[in-house]
Amino acid sequence: MSESIDLKALLAESGVGEVLDELDRELVGLVPVKTRIREIASLLVVDKARAALGVEGAKPSLHMCFTGNPGTGKTTVAMRMATILHRLGHVRKGHLVAVTRDDLVGQYIGHTAPKTKDVLKRAMGGVLFIDEAYYLYRPENERDYGQEAIEILMQVMENQREDLVVIFAGYKSRMDTFFQSNPGLGSRVAHHIDFPDYSVEELQQIAGRMVTGLGLRLSGGAHEALGDYLRLRREQPNFANARSLRNALDRARLRQARRLLEAGRVDADMLMTIEAGDIRASRVFGAARDPAEEAAC
Amino acid sequence: MRITQGTFSYLPDLTDEQIGKQVEYALEQGWAVSLEYTDDPHPRNVYWEMWGMPMFDLRSATGVLEELRECRKAHPGCYIKLNAFDSTRGFETMRMSFMVHRPPVEARYRLRREEGPARLVRYTIERA
Repeated sequence: MSESIDLKALLAESGVGEVLDELDRELVGLVPVKTRIREIASLLVVDKARAALGVEGAKPSLHMCFTGNPGTGKTTVAMRMATILHRLGHVRKGHLVAVTRDDLVGQYIGHTAPKTKDVLKRAMGGVLFIDEAYYLYRPENERDYGQEAIEILMQVMENQREDLVVIFAGYKSRMDTFFQSNPGLGSRVAHHIDFPDYSVEELQQIAGRMVTGLGLRLSGGAHEALGDYLRLRREQPNFANARSLRNALDRARLRQARRLLEAGRVDADMLMTIEAGDIRASRVFGAARDPAEEAAC
Repeated sequence: MRITQGTFSYLPDLTDEQIGKQVEYALEQGWAVSLEYTDDPHPRNVYWEMWGMPMFDLRSATGVLEELRECRKAHPGCYIKLNAFDSTRGFETMRMSFMVHRPPVEARYRLRREEGPARLVRYTIERA
């Protein structure tokens, strides 16, 4: 009889299960994302088991691309990803280095390569998260230094497969064009994960967690008002999912503070509660009531 | 003559794996690692050429080893040393510095004796 290995025990031993459960618990929605992360984790566990039985295989390429609208949790998930990859021993340190075009591309000839290499060196042993990666490539300017950064990235992604995971992030449509114009890069990214927009119910759930984190709570009316607010806000341009929600809550807090100050005397309960009025005072409701006014400005 | 300098000078040359471990240790301490090279390893020559900037904010030794490989490729006939700088107030100095590469043919030095006034004898080390 051949030797056998308990995969479940291996998973428990790595402590990655906790991170995955945490991911399920703390992040609302994002079902396709969670599924894919579980798949990647399973793959790494199985690979580990293979290695333990002496079957050496090449390490899988785990460079990823996160696409989705703003505020759908790309950075948050990337951060968790770094922890997961670290616990499973795919990267040695498990830190996240988040950069944008400015950190990689220089201003003068010969400035880009050292800058990009410096960032790569800092990210070694962890995860390099390139936000809005499509800005790296500017087709309208053929002498743009972004291309140089892309070439260095590709080289390192290929060579140091075992020590660095690169995650590209950005809007879906623009990332697609980016990969089309850089086929070499696209083919080196194995996992394309799409982050769906949140539904109103999911956003309300997120709001509940946000206010709890702030030591506040929403009154029943405020919860409803927030639902109405989100339904209206989603139809408007520049809706950035959870980020817009956070901003809306911040503004509601301002209005609550003003209301409390005007009230004069308050008790603990009042201090902690955001009322429907705090949310319904938003400009979004005004715009909905009076479309003519919106058109005017 | 085998030239030795700095930390671990009493040990045989470190392998790349051992260098990597030392770098990891330095990074854990929060020290910034840098590489320097020279063709003049005279003990009084403190001005070695810098190989790029000191590497701040690193977490893993991989990047340093990559730079070391490149430096060796560019200057196979030079001595290369690796420094770890501690920026903590009160130290603000190198905490570790050791050779990581030596040329196939080592530099040779000889001792020169010089007669001074009043039968004073001066000794100096000079390149042979």
